[in-house]
Amino acid sequence: MNIQSKQCKCHKETEQEKLERIEQMIDEYKDKEGSLIQILHLAQGIYGYLPLGLLQIIAKKVNKPLSEVYGVTTFYSFFSTKPRGEYTIRVCLGTACYVRGGKKIIDRLTEILGIQVGETTADGKFTLEVMRCIGACGLAPAITINDKVFKQVNPDKLQTIIEQYY
Amino acid sequence: MVNLTINNKKITADEGMTIFEAAKQNNILIPHFCYLEGIHQIGSCRICVVEVEGAKSLQASCMVQVKEGMTVYTNTEKVKKARKLLYELMLSDHPRDCLSCSRNQNCEFQKLGELIQISEFRFEGEKSKTFVDDSSPSIVRDTSKCILCRRCVTVCNQIQGIGIMNVQKRGFKTVIGPAAELPLNSVNCINCGQCTIVCPVGALKEKDSIQNVWNALFDKNKRVVIQTAPAIRAALGEEFGYEAGTLVTGKMVTALREIGFDDVFDTNFAADLTIIEEGNELLKRVKAAITSKENTLPMITSCSPGWIKYIEHVFPNQLDHLSTCKSPHMMLGALVKSYYAEKLGLNPKDIYVVSVMPCTAKKFEITRPEMKRNGIPDVDAVLTTRELARMIKDAGLEFDELEDGEFDNPLGLSTGAADIFAATGGVMEAALRTVYELVTGRELPFESLHIEPIVGLNQIKTADITIENPLPEYRFLDGFILKIAVTSGAKGAEILMEQIAGSESPYHFIEVMGCPGGCISGGGQPRPTDSSIRQKRLEAIYREDEGKKLRKSHENPFIKALYEEYLKEPLGHKPHELLHTSYTKRGVYNEFLK
Repeated sequence: MNIQSKQCKCHKETEQEKLERIEQMIDEYKDKEGSLIQILHLAQGIYGYLPLGLLQIIAKKVNKPLSEVYGVTTFYSFFSTKPRGEYTIRVCLGTACYVRGGKKIIDRLTEILGIQVGETTADGKFTLEVMRCIGACGLAPAITINDKVFKQVNPDKLQTIIEQYY
Repeated sequence: MVNLTINNKKITADEGMTIFEAAKQNNILIPHFCYLEGIHQIGSCRICVVEVEGAKSLQASCMVQVKEGMTVYTNTEKVKKARKLLYELMLSDHPRDCLSCSRNQNCEFQKLGELIQISEFRFEGEKSKTFVDDSSPSIVRDTSKCILCRRCVTVCNQIQGIGIMNVQKRGFKTVIGPAAELPLNSVNCINCGQCTIVCPVGALKEKDSIQNVWNALFDKNKRVVIQTAPAIRAALGEEFGYEAGTLVTGKMVTALREIGFDDVFDTNFAADLTIIEEGNELLKRVKAAITSKENTLPMITSCSPGWIKYIEHVFPNQLDHLSTCKSPHMMLGALVKSYYAEKLGLNPKDIYVVSVMPCTAKKFEITRPEMKRNGIPDVDAVLTTRELARMIKDAGLEFDELEDGEFDNPLGLSTGAADIFAATGGVMEAALRTVYELVTGRELPFESLHIEPIVGLNQIKTADITIENPLPEYRFLDGFILKIAVTSGAKGAEILMEQIAGSESPYHFIEVMGCPGGCISGGGQPRPTDSSIRQKRLEAIYREDEGKKLRKSHENPFIKALYEEYLKEPLGHKPHELLHTSYTKRGVYNEFLK
């Protein structure tokens, strides 16, 4: 299951190695009904994002039309068909976070990073995204940076949070 | 049986029926939109909602099955309000330029509006970002018109098994189309046009060729030749209010002449010619398989350009199985620009050939590089049945007042064998009427020459034809059991092709037509095409065949004369140059083209 964690930290994986690992992973999952989302999730974990060429490989291997695989990919905001920055900042705009000022967080982040939602900073460091509820409503407003959740964020805290990543 | 009440009327319905079907059966028509009988029932538009007593919310009647004792209301205040609101919301993101839309007066969304009757546009807001994709020579996609009903998705995926159309993105940004907004001409679309038949609005339609044809007609220096496929005569009438299955061959010919075409030829003539070439090709391949190691059986028919593009994409390593015969209208085009041009003493450049086809894929076919000689295309334009009807109306002809006319010769006379090219099983039957007689000297031993097991609308049909007492030159075939299979629609083709790819195919000869039912329900035929309309067109085609004196291609006197005078031997040098073609490996992602 945890194919992502097999990645060796001391060696930067080549493109070819990544693709091979993805193909192995697909072989493991492809005969299970309803496993497409899991496959896409793991493939994005390995490759960083889901470009058309990779989705073509996946579609062929799971024997589904490319348009269907692409449709699923573009349905879920968690999947990205464009390269992402090293860190993906996701601002929750689910009901609780929205009510507690999620929108102001976005405004401030676009100011600090100089990018709009869905874009990546020129240095490839940050990608800014929006999502709808991460199940952390009690901590609202919340953002995540890669896998780390930041709770009760207010716009004034953001500069300090971002600086931790430089 | 289930007892229920709809609008205080006590009715009974079969178990498993939906509320919509039960109502329809009892002459209560519930307004609906995305529903398409037997094809698309996913309740995506919600227009057909009804009130069911005891249910918390309104129910989509096309989805909910009848239950014993159910009480349903289809016209309450709540239902009518919801229906109107749904319509208004759909309309709020739809362009209201009906007068410049090709579906004007023929649009299901307009018809729904007529029923619901709104007096103002209540919702004005943001509009979706839209684009027009006219990259394909066959089909145009206009996303501004799309109302997201998803019928095309169902037809492309479930019925045809191709799947180039799907739902992309979500919410307000939803687009129906290929992956990554790829243009239609760059994906594995086979151009079958089945999506253009089911699209309720102007979002999916054939690429318009009408203006090009008028321009050719206006050009005094061009001789404009038109030909019509066998399936047109059995469907064109529907565009003028005739009952489905009415044959309008004679009126169609007169209409074409009155529009101003110089020659009105019949693709059927070339269908007879196809049989001579393809029949001989089959015998050559069977002989090679029996007497040598060269085995390219099963041989598969090649009349349907949608099917050809399908095999090029999905089974690019099996192209040797395709007959090398061009499709009939391409053969006729090639003959018009060679044989007929020589006869008239005209430069082929001064001849413009138009084919009226039940097919959108034919529009792509004429652009293939193999379909040109010395830079001159065999056929210059393809009109669908629908486009021809628009031209006839535009020309001011009262179709039902027209006298019956006759096709011009020498490329207009045909046998009944050519007529049945329009229906699934027809090309196979026509071929065997000739091949069997060629080999045995006797008529094909079936009642009324119909190979019963391969007639009809089933997905895959098979038969065994045993050859007994052949003529001396075909002695090697004595006792040979010719195994044949017929399918229509890409999904059936996939099944038969998987067998071939796995070297497990038991067949010697296979007929494939790209659209379910064959050309009678091609992507260029009148809307709607449902199973009963398909059946009526099929019967009409067989009626046309049975009404002919000559019913076997090799009996066509003009075909005989054409070989004596011009083509000489079947599969000979001239036929090879004019009537045969080659194919292109494509791959699902067109990877072989790069």
